[in-house]
Amino acid sequence: MAGALPWLKPGLLLGSLAPLAIIVWRASMGTLAANPIAEALNQFGLLALIFLVASLSPTPLKLWFGLKWPLRVRRMLGLLSFFYASLHLLTYALLDLGGEWRTFLEDLGKRPFVTVGFLAWLMLLPLAITSTNASVKRLGFTSWKLLHRLAYVAAGLGVIHFVWRVKKDASEPVMYGLALAVLLAVRAWDWHQTRQRKKLGA
Amino acid sequence: MEPRSDRVVRVKEPPSSEITPEQVYLRRREFMRNAGRTVLTAAGVATGLAWLTGGARKRRILDERPDQQVTPLAVQKPEAFRANEQPTSYDDITHYNNFYEFGLDKEDPALNARALVTRPWTVEVTGEVAKPRVFDLDELLAFELEERVYRMRCVEAWSMVIPWLGFPLSKLLARVEPTSRAKYVAFTTLLDPTQMEGQQRSVLDWPYVEGLRLDEAMHPLTLLAMGLYGKTLPNQNGAPIRLVVPWKYGFKGIKSIVKIELTSTQPRTTWNDAGPSESGFYANVNPFVDHPRWSQASERRIGELSRRPTLPFNGYADEVASLYAGLDLRRNY
Repeated sequence: MAGALPWLKPGLLLGSLAPLAIIVWRASMGTLAANPIAEALNQFGLLALIFLVASLSPTPLKLWFGLKWPLRVRRMLGLLSFFYASLHLLTYALLDLGGEWRTFLEDLGKRPFVTVGFLAWLMLLPLAITSTNASVKRLGFTSWKLLHRLAYVAAGLGVIHFVWRVKKDASEPVMYGLALAVLLAVRAWDWHQTRQRKKLGA
Repeated sequence: MEPRSDRVVRVKEPPSSEITPEQVYLRRREFMRNAGRTVLTAAGVATGLAWLTGGARKRRILDERPDQQVTPLAVQKPEAFRANEQPTSYDDITHYNNFYEFGLDKEDPALNARALVTRPWTVEVTGEVAKPRVFDLDELLAFELEERVYRMRCVEAWSMVIPWLGFPLSKLLARVEPTSRAKYVAFTTLLDPTQMEGQQRSVLDWPYVEGLRLDEAMHPLTLLAMGLYGKTLPNQNGAPIRLVVPWKYGFKGIKSIVKIELTSTQPRTTWNDAGPSESGFYANVNPFVDHPRWSQASERRIGELSRRPTLPFNGYADEVASLYAGLDLRRNY
C-alpha cells in the first residue's frame, strides 16, 4: 500500500501552518519578543526560504534514493514558500514600514539587499500562478518546466538576501546556500550522466 | 446468540440494526489510522520547523529561570537629564540585547550572561594621565550615582528609553588627571571566552573596543552606568560597568569595561574594524545619513508598533551639536 498516503498532504499542510499559528498566538499574547514586528518578519522570511529549498529537494531525492513520495508534495511546498514569502513582504511593507509606499520604493531602489529579496518574491509569483495542472497543460510540459526552473534562481536570491541581512556571522544563511548547492549538484550530475548515456547510445 | 436465563444479569444487546457493518467498521479503523498519521506528520513537520527557526524555545527557558541577582542602589534623581518619555519596560530592556560576547540573537545575552562573574572586578585607567590607577568595584560604586533617563537608539533602527544609574565619565577622568597629550579615550571589554561564550567564535575581533574624543568623553551627558531601574546592571546589560553616550548609536556604549586608556591618537573601534563603510568612529545618531542597508530616518521604539522619526543626535542636538561644528557629518559618520 505504498500508493495512497492520504495523510501526507493534510499532515504537511497542518504542520507547515503551525509556525504561523504560533506567531499569531504569541503576537496576540504580547510575548512575541520585544520587537514583535522584526521577529515575525524574520520568521516569515526564514520559513519562505526553508520551504523553497524543501520544494527543490523532491527531484534530487528521487534521483538519489529513489524516493517518489516527496514529488507529491512538491507543489504544496512551493506554494507554502510563496505563502510565507508573501507574508514576509506584507509584514515588511505594511507593518514595518507602516504602508509608506515612498519609503518602500526608495528601499527597493537604493538597497540591494531589499531589491534582491523583492526579486526573489517576484519570481515566485508566476510559479504560484501557474502551479495548477491546467497551467501545465496550457503551457505545455517543456515550457512549464523551464519556467519553474526560476525556483532555483529565486532560492539563490533568497540566500543572498539572507547573507546581506545579517550583520555578522553568515553561518546560517551559508547553510541554506550549501543545501541549495548540493541539490543543484545532484541534478547537474544526473543531467551529465544522461547526456553521457545518450552519447554512448548514439 | 442464545437468550440467557433470566436469573443471570441480563446484558442488554443492541438491536442488530445498530451493529456497524464490517466494511464501515474497517473503514473507520482506517480513518482513525490515517487521522493518527496526519497528526504525527503535522507534529513532525511543526517540530522540524520550530527547530530550524528557533524562537519560542529560548524564551521558554528564560521564563523558567529565576531572575538574576540584582541589588538596589541608592541614587540621586536630578531633574536635568530626564527624557520626558515613558521608559521601556524592565523586561524588554533586559531581554532584547545586542551583546555579541553572549551570542548573536537578541535573547541570547539574557540566557548566557549568567556565566559572567562581576565581583571582584577592576577597571584600569591608564595612558596619557598623570595618575594612572586601578579602580575596584566598591570604589566605582562610591561615585555619586544619579538616575538618568536617556533615549537609546540602536544602529538597527530600534530604540528604547532607559533609566540608567551611573556617574559622568568626566568625574572618573578628573581623578586620573589627563595630560595635555590626551586627545582620545579608548575602552576595552573583558576578554574571557570561558565566561563569555560568544568570544569562542571569531564573529568580531575580540575583545570589543570603543573610543571617544576627549571632549565627547568629558561631556556631562556621557555616563558610566552601573545600574538601571534602581538596581545594579543585569549582566546582559553590561555589568558591572558600561558606557552610555545617548547621542550616539548604541554600539558605542561598550559593556563590561575592564580598561580605559587615554591616548593621543584616535583609537580603533570594533565595529569600524568589522565594516568601515557601515560604522564610523563617530557613530552619531543621524537621520540624514543612512546605513548602507537601511534607512536611519525613522526608528521603532520597543513596545510601540508604528515607527517614529529619528532625531539628529538622538534628540540631544542642543547639548552636543556644538562639539561637531565644522565637521562634515556625512563623511564622519
